[in-house]
Amino acid sequence: MKMNIPLLEGELVYLGAINPEQDAPVEAGWTLDGEFLRMLGEDLVRPLSSAEVKKRYREIEKEIDEKRNQFYFTIRRSAPGESENQDRLLGFTRLSRVEWNHGIATLTLGIGDPGERRKGYGNDALNLILHYAFKELNLFRLNASIPGYNQAGLQLFKKAGFKEEARRREAYRWAGLRWDGIFLGLLKEDWEQ
Amino acid sequence: MTISEEKKPIFRGEQVYLAAADPEADASIFARWMKDAEFVRLMDTDPPKLMSVGKHKEWLEKELLEERSNDELFFLIRTVQDNRNIGLIGLDGIRWVHGDAWVGIGLGEREYWGKGYGTDAMRVIQRYAFEELNLHRLSLTVFEYNQRAVRSYEKAGFTMEGQARKFLHREDMRYDLIFMGILRNEWERMTAKK
Repeated sequence: MKMNIPLLEGELVYLGAINPEQDAPVEAGWTLDGEFLRMLGEDLVRPLSSAEVKKRYREIEKEIDEKRNQFYFTIRRSAPGESENQDRLLGFTRLSRVEWNHGIATLTLGIGDPGERRKGYGNDALNLILHYAFKELNLFRLNASIPGYNQAGLQLFKKAGFKEEARRREAYRWAGLRWDGIFLGLLKEDWEQ
Repeated sequence: MTISEEKKPIFRGEQVYLAAADPEADASIFARWMKDAEFVRLMDTDPPKLMSVGKHKEWLEKELLEERSNDELFFLIRTVQDNRNIGLIGLDGIRWVHGDAWVGIGLGEREYWGKGYGTDAMRVIQRYAFEELNLHRLSLTVFEYNQRAVRSYEKAGFTMEGQARKFLHREDMRYDLIFMGILRNEWERMTAKK
């Protein structure tokens, strides 16, 4: 049996642990223009300080340890030979609300710096986390929930095989307009093909 | 500004009214409902599990007295006729910025299933959500195998918004998760007709 498959390493990025001291100021910087949090569509959009981000990291690690229903990875640049780029923090990806009895979880992924989007990093990281979810955690299906105004996110998830399954009409309000909440799903059997 | 007509008390419906749960008085009834595995399987994705009355009381105390959060609310459903506790209903994941919330409902007393009590409770919480909380929409999910609930939600004005494939795994079968929603203007049109 082949076990030397690089589970957490892709072409452009790898999935790594949180490094609270170094990562917190970088992630705090992402929250300054609002777009990062707005595109995720989960929390109130506001700038976070390094201290708040560090607190969130502690909560995430505590939850991973105690509840065993989520997995969280930082997305880092893999660029051997380029010392200024190697290991640079690009974003995060998370499997949360894992329900082991049904084999399901919710997938979230974000690339923090707008200048780093559309370079294939998200796609590379997505492939890694899907492999991890289906081949290591043996999940049956993944859920994703994306605000209708996040076109890039929808495109990324659909390219990976996610199907739009529900449209929660007008579930988001932003910039004076109403947007649907898009619920997507990916079954392991579809991903394998 | 005047209020043109005498309004019905906000928490009162035709067959039921909504009331606050009391940890001391109501823990044992919650413990009894949760022993009904069918009830739990219709309401929750979590596996049925049993907790002592004391643990239920602790949970209610935490929920109602200590960690009162502003993004969830839940109520007991009581019959108008004899003030009997027959189930619970609540809003959670309230997103105030967007005006959206999730509704959850369950009737623990089986003899009240299929008689309009749940639909009536749903109408009460809709009025509360739209008139009092000023929400823009309500969302819910229901399991494919719970067609009685689907009919009740349709009767209360909810529209199908989609279906997550093979979401649940129970008794060796996979079932879809159905998404439903109602918008404020749909609710206004529906209630204006009456």
